[in-house]
Amino acid sequence: MFNRLAWPVTTAVVIVMLGGCSPQKYSSNINEGLVYCSESDPISMNPQLDTSTTTADATAHQIYNRLLEFDPESGRIRPSLASSWTISDNGLVYRFELRQGVQFHNTAYFTPSRTFSADDVLFSFNRWRLQEHEFHPVSGGYYPYFESLGLADNIADIKKVNSHRIEITLRQRDSSFLANIASDFSVILSAEYGDALMSAGIPEQIDELPIGTGPFKYSDYKQNHYIRYDINQAYWQTVPAHSLIFDITPKSSLRLAKLMTGECDAVAFPARVDHAIIREREDLVLAEKAGLNIGFWAFNTQRAPFDNPLVRKALAYAIDKNTLLEAVYFDSAIRAKSLLPEASWAYQADANDTGYNPVLARKLLDEAGIKPGFTMSIWAIPVERAYNPNARKMAELIQRYLAEIDVEVNIVSYDWTTFRRQLRQGNHDSVLIGWSADNGDPDNFYRPLLSCDAIPSGTNRARWCNRAYDDILDRALQTENIDIRKALYLQANELIFDKLPLVPIAHAFRYQAYREELSGMVINPYGGVRLGGVTKARD
Amino acid sequence: MIRILLRYLVLFSLTFLTLSALSFSLVYLFPTEPVTTLTGITPQNLVQHEALVTQYHLDDSYLVQFAHYLGDLFNGNWGVSLFSGEPLLDEIMLALPATIELSAYAMSIVLVVGIPLGCYSGLKAYTGSDYTINSVSVVVNSVPVVWLAVIFILTFSLQFGWLPLSGRINLLFDIPSQTGFLFIDILLTDNIDTARALKDAFLHLILPTLAIAFISTAALVRITRRSVIDVLNQPYIIAARAKGLSSRQIFFRHVLRNALLPALPLLAMQITTLITNAMIVETLFSWPGIGSWLIQAIYQRDYSALRMGMLAVSTLVVMITIAIDLFNRLIDPSREKYESVTI
Repeated sequence: MFNRLAWPVTTAVVIVMLGGCSPQKYSSNINEGLVYCSESDPISMNPQLDTSTTTADATAHQIYNRLLEFDPESGRIRPSLASSWTISDNGLVYRFELRQGVQFHNTAYFTPSRTFSADDVLFSFNRWRLQEHEFHPVSGGYYPYFESLGLADNIADIKKVNSHRIEITLRQRDSSFLANIASDFSVILSAEYGDALMSAGIPEQIDELPIGTGPFKYSDYKQNHYIRYDINQAYWQTVPAHSLIFDITPKSSLRLAKLMTGECDAVAFPARVDHAIIREREDLVLAEKAGLNIGFWAFNTQRAPFDNPLVRKALAYAIDKNTLLEAVYFDSAIRAKSLLPEASWAYQADANDTGYNPVLARKLLDEAGIKPGFTMSIWAIPVERAYNPNARKMAELIQRYLAEIDVEVNIVSYDWTTFRRQLRQGNHDSVLIGWSADNGDPDNFYRPLLSCDAIPSGTNRARWCNRAYDDILDRALQTENIDIRKALYLQANELIFDKLPLVPIAHAFRYQAYREELSGMVINPYGGVRLGGVTKARD
Repeated sequence: MIRILLRYLVLFSLTFLTLSALSFSLVYLFPTEPVTTLTGITPQNLVQHEALVTQYHLDDSYLVQFAHYLGDLFNGNWGVSLFSGEPLLDEIMLALPATIELSAYAMSIVLVVGIPLGCYSGLKAYTGSDYTINSVSVVVNSVPVVWLAVIFILTFSLQFGWLPLSGRINLLFDIPSQTGFLFIDILLTDNIDTARALKDAFLHLILPTLAIAFISTAALVRITRRSVIDVLNQPYIIAARAKGLSSRQIFFRHVLRNALLPALPLLAMQITTLITNAMIVETLFSWPGIGSWLIQAIYQRDYSALRMGMLAVSTLVVMITIAIDLFNRLIDPSREKYESVTI
């Protein structure tokens, strides 16, 4: 009796329910606007205040411009808001010609009355440079990038020559200065906006509702959920084709899932385990590029017998770097010969490298008077880092290699905090660790990793101090001539190869995953993601 | 009638009082300063601390504090979130409608599918189709909602790519929240392609709704079936049949109504299960409802949000349960004969 009614009703319900799922893919439904799935909330909308990648990704290249910027391909510095620059012969005075007619964002909360000028540069630099600047204490008053480099102390004066020309005077020559002001953190804010907020008594708003000159205008931010950006129609370079949304998705598996369904167009930090899945799919692209990092094996050169270069060399010849690359990085890295990765302009393609030669290794050890059965420790970082995703495994492999030349290895690991403290005290024989740079300047590798001054500050894990080496680095900062600097860094490479305080192992790749409809996605090894020039093919 | 209403009002007030007392005690039970848990503000200095203590009467006896706490609850002064600094009332009023919306759609599917299927199964009791429906519903009812949701995501989102797996609508549609109910908000928003936005919101709705509805439907089928079988065995059905009524007449006049009445209280219990399931499913589908909001609050140790969230959710569940019970009373003639006559 009831079946006459039941079946039509249930069928109707099922049809209604399935009505939405046409066999069409969901991803083809939506095509305007770009969705970037980021991994976390930015700390601030102003990268001057925070050095995390998350903050830089969300702000540095979307909302702001800098005076100069890095070319993501060549690593050279190129003009941005400064259309040209000159450096005085003594290398202390930098003169910047500023671009004319650049508009600041016109938003619901601010309408600019003038274009970009020297006042804005002064305002932006003086904010982090001068303690007495009225905006210095706003939003915490801590500017980590500039303070870690001592940049404020080295600037003697910033002068406005005229409305579109400024002059910066340094106390000491520093040829990495341009690289520092091209970094993600040296953004240009609007002085007019700052003044308006100050007189309204709400100065903090400058870091919450940002105004910049970049390709996108800030529109809306909901913590843990999204950041919305509008197109800056008055952008002084190519106006972006799409509006932009950061979809904040902390779980990397969920980011991948959303990339597959097309809810994200590009994702931040695809997890290493997901790489194979992304490569398998035709609609997804996994771009890779050697990152600005290095993973290495450093010897404590202040401890016998590692103070003897022969011993260090012997150990370097005992290991097969290619096997390490395969087993630890799963080939997501390239073999390191010197400290610098390929992305740096001072990269030396023909640098000397140690090969796998256990016979030579044993011979060198005998020469140095090291008897078979010698015991040493290898410290392996307890955390996963791009430059070394699995230091423990690498240490175990090295342990096997060294066993072949009759050297016994103890692998040591503590929790991360204790590990770093013990390292700083120099309690290790050798350590597997690495370094990621903040900007493209070679000095950012050579100086913190091996200079004498870097021993107390704790980044020189080899505790190696060589006056000749330091002298080369200082000389390299005394000139702006790229060729001279490059030649000097080649000398440094030779010196490092000769003394071998550390064995460079790998430069890990940086990855970016996105849908194949996107074009113009370029991995920027020198900082945050740039989405202004990305376009999405329409069906 | 008025007596029933009054009785339920008292019942509700007492339950609410207990719940708010519980949430008030959390102010002292959470491992932070009571001031912080209560207001969501971490005092920066002693002066501010003192001001807050005075304002919230924290230096008075617990009873006085509680009285003020209740006053604040009714005035909408629920404190702010420790994490975002937003007023909790606003945050909850943004998240709760999303959950209610999801639960409501799921509930309608449960009713529309569950009752006919249960009736059919009951009428065909102990036949092949009954056994099939019954065993399928037993199986579905024992499936954990988390697993079901993940299977849905794997199949329909990742394998076939038909349906989106996160959120209520693609973020590219900028829908300002006015009522909190998405479909109404879409219709209220200008400057968007309404048809496409509605379609997109609908596509987002399918998987989470089905995941929740499946399990509760299975439960409802079994409840209805049992009830229909019981009613069919009643003497008045035999009497009706003896009078010569057709099967259709018997079903609609006698079976359906009598079978649904005992099923209602069980259905009410299902609603709480459904809301709980909805909160679990929300986190899987990144649905911005109260469930994922509470989970966030737990991760962020957002004590003030946890306190208010717990109170809001439990009050909602109590309200729904009482409302259904009341409704049940009003339509069930066998319970309170005297009152029902006065309706």
